[in-house]
Amino acid sequence: MPRGIKDQVVIVGMGCSRFGERWDCNAEDLIVEAAQECFADAGVGREQIDAAWLATAIEEQHMGKSGIPLALALRLPFIPVTRVENYCASGTEAFRGAVYAVAAGAADIALAVGVEKLKDTGYGGLPQRSRGTLNDMYWANASAPGAFAQLATAYQAKHGLEMTILKQAMAQVSVKSHENGSRNPKAHLRNRIDTDTVLKAPMIAEPLGLYDCCGVSDGAAAAIVTRPDIARELGKQDLVTVKALQLSASNGFEASFNNWDGTYFVTNRTAAKRAYLEAGIRDPRAEISMLEVHDCFSITELVTLEDLGLSQEGRAWRDILDGFYNAEGTVPCQIDGGLKCFGHPIGASGLRMLYEMYLQLLGRAAERQLPNPRLGMTHNLGGFPHQNVVSVAIVGRLES
Amino acid sequence: MVGIISFGGYVPRLRLERKAIVEANGWFNPALRAYAKGERSMANWDEDSLTMAVAAARDCPGVAELSSVFLASTTLPFADRQNAALMAGALNLDESLATLDVTGSQRCATSGLIQALCALAGGAGKTLFVAAEQRRTKAASPMELLVGDGAAALLLGGENLVAEFVGGHQIAVDFVDHYRGTQEAFDYSWEERWIRDEGYLRIVPRAIKALFERVEVPPSQISHFLLPCQFPKLAQQIAKMFGISEEAVADNLDGRVGDTGAAHSLLLLTHVLEQARPREYILVVGFGQGCDALLFRTTERLDGFSPRTGVSGYLERKRLESNYNRFLAFRGLVERDKGIRAEADIRTPLSTLYRNRRMATALVGGRCRQCGTPQLPKGHVCVNPQCGAVESQDEYCFADRGAHVQSWTADRLTYSPDPPTYFGMVVFEEGGRLMADFTDMDASSIRVGMPVNMSFRIKHFDELRRLPKYFWKAISQIGSESAGRKNQ
Repeated sequence: MPRGIKDQVVIVGMGCSRFGERWDCNAEDLIVEAAQECFADAGVGREQIDAAWLATAIEEQHMGKSGIPLALALRLPFIPVTRVENYCASGTEAFRGAVYAVAAGAADIALAVGVEKLKDTGYGGLPQRSRGTLNDMYWANASAPGAFAQLATAYQAKHGLEMTILKQAMAQVSVKSHENGSRNPKAHLRNRIDTDTVLKAPMIAEPLGLYDCCGVSDGAAAAIVTRPDIARELGKQDLVTVKALQLSASNGFEASFNNWDGTYFVTNRTAAKRAYLEAGIRDPRAEISMLEVHDCFSITELVTLEDLGLSQEGRAWRDILDGFYNAEGTVPCQIDGGLKCFGHPIGASGLRMLYEMYLQLLGRAAERQLPNPRLGMTHNLGGFPHQNVVSVAIVGRLES
Repeated sequence: MVGIISFGGYVPRLRLERKAIVEANGWFNPALRAYAKGERSMANWDEDSLTMAVAAARDCPGVAELSSVFLASTTLPFADRQNAALMAGALNLDESLATLDVTGSQRCATSGLIQALCALAGGAGKTLFVAAEQRRTKAASPMELLVGDGAAALLLGGENLVAEFVGGHQIAVDFVDHYRGTQEAFDYSWEERWIRDEGYLRIVPRAIKALFERVEVPPSQISHFLLPCQFPKLAQQIAKMFGISEEAVADNLDGRVGDTGAAHSLLLLTHVLEQARPREYILVVGFGQGCDALLFRTTERLDGFSPRTGVSGYLERKRLESNYNRFLAFRGLVERDKGIRAEADIRTPLSTLYRNRRMATALVGGRCRQCGTPQLPKGHVCVNPQCGAVESQDEYCFADRGAHVQSWTADRLTYSPDPPTYFGMVVFEEGGRLMADFTDMDASSIRVGMPVNMSFRIKHFDELRRLPKYFWKAISQIGSESAGRKNQ
């Protein structure tokens, strides 16, 4: 295994726009909203940025291709600007670019921005679109809820769980996130809900109902990264560093080989294992203080908690119902409301997850502040359970 | 001696209740109430004459190593793109093949069949003859109640026959009981009484008389008399003219299937062959601007032979449709607001389709020579993580392989002409898997572990470019659903 990224790169500034139905903003306006906060937080100006990475997934629905839209929005001074995309894991992908550039010495100070403007499509939900010319010929006619619902029917059958119990656990995932989102002024959805509301909601893709699915939101988030020595020159004392940064992409195993039973993510397990090695974590359930996982759907969060080693296989539903992942529980999950409530502007989500972990580590999370968190983990997933890409990041204070 | 080696049939699973049609249209034409009982077969939104033809051909055992393939229908999806060649592709047949579309009248199947049999007698090799029909009818027409959708397949040859072709006679008469121009969607028909009296009753007997003069078989020896027509008792009337017994008149499947147009003579033939005994004479008639009369004699080999499911099996496998509006929607007979998701333009480049036709049309993937793993799609690198061999795969067809469902959902968000879309992970018992659309399923029977087979269907219809795109979907294994429900 290579040496790894642990403690080589510091996040010196972050910003995040308000997420929601931002009828008032183009994608470029959202970028500026997040970037302004980020630059102010870092205490750097745009002329100090050596290279930038832009994450956005369905650019044809808003600002168009290449890294140029970021350079245009911020008037970046003819520096390298790279547009990246890895489905819903694009945000963390931009972060990877910036972090590795700094670690490699190719940049002193690098910028990562993620943005998505989903509310000009005219859809409730993600737009129906081509998946690729050959893929369109044979892929099942699946929406995202449908593809992730597969996890639920397979999980329920494998673990012999009553569907009513599984649905209650899935409901608690969303109830908990809504509770957290109600304390987040930047979140798209801030209403509290109860289990009964979730269970009575209309079905979207059996067995996922309305409240098992995150909605679509507009938003942007940004991070500025640099080396520890430059961070100190900028006057920072509490340094939040990257402890691990891993990515895993499916290779056809899940979709074409009869060894995968449809109840977990191969990529989750692979990326998490490597991330723990990279960060020197032996017992994630004991050592991870808080995490943001990709709760595009409640079942995704449930299964991911097992894949990340925080719950035993087949037991996440029990931990969830016991409140283990609630804000007041042992390992709070989605303390900022998650994709479910903060929102899921696709390209921004990976960076938004890091934004909350960053604020928590610096004691700046206001009403949501957890007592003395040490290590925060983000999990960002793009694609479908049977074919996807997953990134896992772990951040913490430099001394820890 | 040439004749039928084997046979198969197909009737779509959906059966539109005729009383639902009458309830919807009876206010306008009370005469329709005469047909309110029973059902008519209704192709699903993802079926057409081509998909039904493929289904019938797959029901027919022994379809391999053919010289010729014929496809007869007046409702083929393409007027100029050979449908028989497309069907041959779906059946994974060798490309060294003579293929022909036969069309133009309601007797095109019987006419084509006679020509195919003549070619065989002249030395042609084993031949697959398929007929299929999905007639388009106007709302509130009597035809809407009387027609049905379906297909039949015959494997023809010179040896190992279950039925020998004794002889045939054809007459050509431009009797225009109805017509449909090339650019038109619907038929135009004349008065029924005239069609019966001047058409059937005058023209059909001429063909039968000439046939009997040629073959020297006493009409009283006919065990099965097949005459598709909409007039009750007409077949009996004509039978009586010749001394064919009334018991010989075959059930024309009115009230269970309906008249499947150009396919009907052959559909009735395959249905009768399922029940016939050896050494019986079968007289088959086709009518449409003339008349074809064909005489077959079953052989000892018929005993113990059966198609994979057969018309009888497909008849039992039915789902009643009581919503006439769904029928109108599937046939595009009403201007509907399909919603924003239906606007998505999913274009298939014809070059991509051609290059990948083995997978798209025949469901052919790969099988690694090194580790034996079947995989879909076929790739350059074996998907087995313990293997990973490069350029090691031979073609491997998944179409006829049994499978079971590992996971599933009912997706109400994605666009579908018939929501919700059922789909899930289909795991083939001998290896390989596919996240596949489901079709024709009884929703209450869908469960993890259910056995499924693959069926050739319309995957998507490109409205902008007027192109049906085909692929394979999972259907419940025939006979398995009632078993599933019992187990629950």
